[in-house]
Amino acid sequence: MTGSLLFEAIIFLLGAIVCVSIAKKLGLSSVIGYLLAGVLIGPYVLGCIGQEGEDILHFAEFGVVMMLFLIGLEIDPKNFWNMRKTILGMGGLQVAGTMLLSYLFFSFLGFDWIVSLVIAMAVALSSTAIALQTIKEKGLMNTTSGTSSFSILLFQDIIVILMLGVLPLLVDSDNIPSIQDSSKQANLLDNLPMGLQTLAIIFSVVLIVVSGKYLIVPVLRKVAKTGVRELLIASAFLIVFSISFLMEYVGLSPALGAFLGGVVLSNSEYKHELESTLEPFKNLLLGLFFMAVGASINFIVIANSPLTIGGILVAIIIIKAIVLFITGRVFGLKLDQNLLLTFGLAQIGEFAFVLLSFAFSLNILNQEQMDMMLVITALSMSMTPIVSMINERLILPKIGTKESITRPLDHIAKSQKIILVGFGHFGSTVGRFLRSHGVEATILDHDSNRVDFLRKMGFEVYYGDASRMDLLESAGIADAKILICAIDNPSITKKISKLVKSKYPHVELMIRAKNRDEAYDLLNLGFENIYRETLDTSLSLAKDVLNKLGFRKYTLHRQVQNFIKYDEESLRRLAKESREDDNYIFKARKEIEEQEKLLDQDLKRGLIDYDTLWDSEQIRKALEKTKPQ
Amino acid sequence: MKKILILFSHPKFEKSRANLALVNLIKDINGVTFQDLYECYPDFNVDIAKEKVLLEAHDIIIWHHPFYWYSCPPLMKQWIDTVLEFGWAYGPKGNALNHKTCLNVITTGKSREVYCAEGSNSFTINQFLRPFEQTANLCGMDYLPPFAVMETHKLTDDQLADYAKQYAKLISLLQQGISVNDYEAFSFLNDIPKLKTF
Repeated sequence: MTGSLLFEAIIFLLGAIVCVSIAKKLGLSSVIGYLLAGVLIGPYVLGCIGQEGEDILHFAEFGVVMMLFLIGLEIDPKNFWNMRKTILGMGGLQVAGTMLLSYLFFSFLGFDWIVSLVIAMAVALSSTAIALQTIKEKGLMNTTSGTSSFSILLFQDIIVILMLGVLPLLVDSDNIPSIQDSSKQANLLDNLPMGLQTLAIIFSVVLIVVSGKYLIVPVLRKVAKTGVRELLIASAFLIVFSISFLMEYVGLSPALGAFLGGVVLSNSEYKHELESTLEPFKNLLLGLFFMAVGASINFIVIANSPLTIGGILVAIIIIKAIVLFITGRVFGLKLDQNLLLTFGLAQIGEFAFVLLSFAFSLNILNQEQMDMMLVITALSMSMTPIVSMINERLILPKIGTKESITRPLDHIAKSQKIILVGFGHFGSTVGRFLRSHGVEATILDHDSNRVDFLRKMGFEVYYGDASRMDLLESAGIADAKILICAIDNPSITKKISKLVKSKYPHVELMIRAKNRDEAYDLLNLGFENIYRETLDTSLSLAKDVLNKLGFRKYTLHRQVQNFIKYDEESLRRLAKESREDDNYIFKARKEIEEQEKLLDQDLKRGLIDYDTLWDSEQIRKALEKTKPQ
Repeated sequence: MKKILILFSHPKFEKSRANLALVNLIKDINGVTFQDLYECYPDFNVDIAKEKVLLEAHDIIIWHHPFYWYSCPPLMKQWIDTVLEFGWAYGPKGNALNHKTCLNVITTGKSREVYCAEGSNSFTINQFLRPFEQTANLCGMDYLPPFAVMETHKLTDDQLADYAKQYAKLISLLQQGISVNDYEAFSFLNDIPKLKTF
């Protein structure tokens, strides 16, 4: 049935496009769409793809690797430290509670203690891919349920290192099969004793941390200096690939290494560049991953023992939900937030695939147990969006309040997001003034040295080309109230403004214009808030000149305001005149014509003497006329 | 010799015939600080700290302004509102201005005759100046009757020059120390006989 790689690619892409669009149209999570597409094109429905679903799953796991790298990038070690109580507390409680209950459950079902323990480990882990994707899609990242989910997932991401490290220690070294499963890549450490293996793992982790600091950042700096954008993309991939390779080489999950690499790089000035470069690839790969999960649901295994699998599936979801709910309760989550957390994380995650197949390769699990658990894992992941939807559509509307009503002030400040593009002489003044009012703008700048410095000063700065929508998106344009465009390149200014206006029309644009010409263009493109950089300064100078000549300051002050008003009006009037014959040869000529036009208007306006406010001369004259002779 | 601070407020001083005549004669008198508020604060952003230092350094405060709409121009009100702070100018610990002397020097378009119960302006100048009087009272200052240059539109240049001389005379009187006896009989300082003798 399957043909070339191209054919497969077409099937996957088509499946994704059709199913995800339908899911989105129905108001469902894109994850459901992907999973459904996977089931549809999988071996048991349309059969467009066969058993290679598993291989694709392995390939698509790379999406999870990237996701964890990106998550790592989001985690500032400092924030990480602030979240330590939530991470350790909630995560620890959740993992310990789930492991205990599922261990008891599987022991009760008659599984061997080691098997029960391994399965309990796998069950304790939730799906970062599904949960976070859903949370981000719904914009819940800043709610308590969002941060709690994130904390728990993070703890799981860390604890899985320990689990993977512990697995080999659970079996006697004699018991380890000398010949590896052929599908699994033989790794460097197989022939080494357990102690050394652990040591090698620790060493590789240290290697990532050290090289992140002292190798990757300097190299990125060099690459950035070349100014060739695709080199940065290449570098981003090189980093993720290298880390994954290293991790696989020592027999660890590449995702964990990537996460670590991400955290190491989270404080570097390239954080956001990496983020926006990898984001689209991550999304596609995650989609592929979800489809692969859908495709890998083995309906034959299900058909053989539907009751067992259904029973275990439901039991696992209930166990996870109960533990999550209690965890949320202990940490004081409100009921509705707690339910979001509970249903969002009540599934077995993709780490289970890793953990289970590792346990399988160590002969802890047999084929049957592994198949069963893989099916249950895939099913539980598929259930999450559905269960979450039921929660949101049927349960949540009936209980409690939405968090958005009572928020502390800093949350309001956060929801009033301002993005400041360009932090040069113009933008920095804007930014400083805003900051002196406690308004912290998110800054985008493409000068890495400046970005470095601004970060040190505690600004939230995104590094990169602000005319790229993905960078604007990672800076949070979707939630922004105002975007200030303060860069001095007219063509980029236009590009950004047009981009933002078309995709995020609710964002108010405040634009710096170099001169009249640029202001005309921007006005003609339909932008309203345009600030000519030379207008105020030149009038300020002219005002001081006149003051030195003896004109009164208050009169000048008022006249400057009037002049600005008059000039803004004439700007808008002249902008409407046809400017289609714009062409470079005649530009100088055009500018002169423009000046002529302006001077002509000024002449018609006359000298500033029409203002008779507070002038008693009129009254005097009127009195003289009525004076009886 | 008492130190005098003239707080002058006129939004279009350059066009005020009367005030140009008055100010030109008195602004450079020794011991007088002439503070041109509209020239200092064209954006209405009064430098409160600086104004307080000035107030503290003087004994007599003159609010010199045109009598626009029976009151002062807006920047002078801004000055009063911002500089005379609670806890400094008034209130439990606000005694910075205690025992200083305060008065209005005003220019009006209409004559003294229309400023009375029977006249077209219904009230006397002294009645209209009550807010300033009470402001001075609250700050613990002695409030003197006003010096008013009235019917300015009809004054000839010579008459204006006379007024300016009276103003200068008043300042020198204030500098030497004016006593209650000097003015208690009058509702305008203009009426002190000493001012008329040049």
